Amino acid sequence: MNIQIRERPEAGSASIKTAIADCDIHPARATQTELYPFLAKRWHAHLETFGVHAYQGMMGGPPYPKAQPNASRRDAYPPEGGPQGSSLSFMQQQHLDPNNVVLGVLNPLNTGQGIRNQDLAAAICSAINDWQIEKWTSKDQRLKGSVVVANEDGQAAAAEIRKRAGDKNFVQVLLLSRNVEPLGQRRYWPIYEAAEEAGLPVGVHAFGFGGNPITASGWPSFYIEEMVGHSQCQQTALASLVLEGVFERFPKLKMVMVEAGFGWAPSLAWRLDKVFERLHAEVPHLRRKPSDYIRDHIWWTTQPMEDPERREHLFQTIEWIGWDRLLFATDYPHWDYDEPSRVLPAGVSDANKQAFYLDNARKLYGLS
Amino acid sequence: MTSPIPGGVDCDLHPAVPHLTSLLPYMNDYWRDQVTTRGMTDLLSQSYPVNSPISARPDWRPAQGKPGSNLADMQRQALDKFAVAYGICNPLYGVQMVFSEDMADAFCRALNDWLAKEWLDKDDRLRGSIVIPVQSIEKSVKEIERCAQDRRFVQVLMLVMGDMPLGKRHYWPIYAAAERLGLPIGVHAGSAYHNPPTSVGWGSYHIEDYVAQAQAFQTQLTSLIIEGVFARHPNLKMVMLESGFTWLPPYLWRLHKFWRGVRMETPWVDRAPLEIVRSNIRFSLQPVDAPPDGETLNRLFDHMQSDELLLFSTDYPHWQFDGDEALPKGISPDLVRKVMLDNPLATYTRLKQSVKEVTP
Repeated sequence: MNIQIRERPEAGSASIKTAIADCDIHPARATQTELYPFLAKRWHAHLETFGVHAYQGMMGGPPYPKAQPNASRRDAYPPEGGPQGSSLSFMQQQHLDPNNVVLGVLNPLNTGQGIRNQDLAAAICSAINDWQIEKWTSKDQRLKGSVVVANEDGQAAAAEIRKRAGDKNFVQVLLLSRNVEPLGQRRYWPIYEAAEEAGLPVGVHAFGFGGNPITASGWPSFYIEEMVGHSQCQQTALASLVLEGVFERFPKLKMVMVEAGFGWAPSLAWRLDKVFERLHAEVPHLRRKPSDYIRDHIWWTTQPMEDPERREHLFQTIEWIGWDRLLFATDYPHWDYDEPSRVLPAGVSDANKQAFYLDNARKLYGLS
Repeated sequence: MTSPIPGGVDCDLHPAVPHLTSLLPYMNDYWRDQVTTRGMTDLLSQSYPVNSPISARPDWRPAQGKPGSNLADMQRQALDKFAVAYGICNPLYGVQMVFSEDMADAFCRALNDWLAKEWLDKDDRLRGSIVIPVQSIEKSVKEIERCAQDRRFVQVLMLVMGDMPLGKRHYWPIYAAAERLGLPIGVHAGSAYHNPPTSVGWGSYHIEDYVAQAQAFQTQLTSLIIEGVFARHPNLKMVMLESGFTWLPPYLWRLHKFWRGVRMETPWVDRAPLEIVRSNIRFSLQPVDAPPDGETLNRLFDHMQSDELLLFSTDYPHWQFDGDEALPKGISPDLVRKVMLDNPLATYTRLKQSVKEVTP
């Protein structure tokens, strides 16, 4: 955990670092108006008058105050000003170059997702996609974008995906785990249909607002409860995807669980299988065991890395999931950033390391 | 098969209320009249539809009536079968679902009196859990104090999905009363349906609601630990009932990591989450969400880093296992002894005391 500001290892102190993929990087806007060139004029005045009108109450800032500004590293403010993650050159200097990131997947947050006005949601998402190309992916070939979509309007989202299909600036579609309904619901199927058609995996990043309390027993009190709670939301969203038959309907669809942990996957899969044995009559559209769909369709990013006291517990857990299913991620520039060189304990074979840090991501995103 | 040890404790049995009319003799005139005049029917919860396979094992399903509604069946199929010395009754009748705290209070009182008269009076092995009208703290505390005079009540029962997270300070007077009276708080699977049954909204299927119980237990554990319930009430035990337990190790890895990162937000949490779980939280054995091989299960037990967390349960009449396999394959005789005897007796301290110490 990177809550303390540590001095970075001096350049040259280590031998040349192995090439890695970072499957969760958060690019930020330097100013709110940075998006305006990509956004129709009517929305500029709208945003300044009414704000984004999200599925939560705060006009500015998150409902659970983060542990530090923008939930980001205090050492990640760019020298030219602006919030953490808003400068390409500083991201290169602080993260991409020293860590030898050869593939960086951008996952913009604070987009049009979780906004109640669906026209505005679609406009902002499309603008963010243009902005990713203009500010990031066209300027650094290592970086690849995620197509953000108006998640509550399946048709608009599908249209945005089709617009970006075949554009090599993008490697996936991005959703958040918390929406108006669980992610397996049919209102979201046009998204999966268009993603499958475009050959883009769908990343589901922990977080989002859909109007539902973050526990099935109402709203908790503390930021840490929201943070930990994202993992439970992700589990439930995945259960919904499996049980609604999304992977029967879209057999080529691939999904990535981003920043929600992976340690819970075996227990969830066992529970699903066990309950499915009893209750399969209710979901006759499923033709395979729930764990089979998970094994074939789901990948996990690693940050925040599972960190048990004993490393064999980690290794056993990864073996239950598969070394071929994990995608290394740092979450740069967020405060709970995982340092690439410290994330895996000793005792992992070179082949598994190579898969974990790079090859799985290249294969999934079609960038070999 | 792993054989049970005679004289154990079955910590999760579900006697069923045949119908709301069965509780009428335990209500006052006003509430009897309300139930009849307003045409209220049964308080059945979506969590356990009577005919759902999960609600009763096929061979435990009676020819007539609700599964779990017949004492002779429970004796034959659970108490005698697993040769237990005690069986703890956790009624899941849907009294928590009503929205009026007055009505909930009347129904809880009736339910608790019904349990004492129709079940506890009829078999010395049976013990009860006090069902409380959680929407009102004052009424809940009163009901706990009223029922606790009967030493056969060994626990207070709450649902895992209610109006608010269970760690909220609002609920603490309930925990104070329970701690004072030597009663653990049992938190059982099920929802009052006052909130969507998952943290991402309403799913389409019963199977989703059931799977989501495990996630609800995780968020409740976070709430209980982070709000500081056990810093304030160090002697309070809470038992997660029908929660599953194989999610616990990875859940704690994550909570521990974030607690280290942001513990400045909740400085009263001055012990690691795992330590708090070891000292204050227990889990019923069934359901075992794991593959049927002993090797995987023993790895999972190793991940739990404690053999004191599990309490034997059949979850009768729910369908969690077949035949006599209440204890999963491959667990050591030592662990069987802990799970069936030592752990429950250490948790439910009233079990070791005479029920004759009645001081009403």
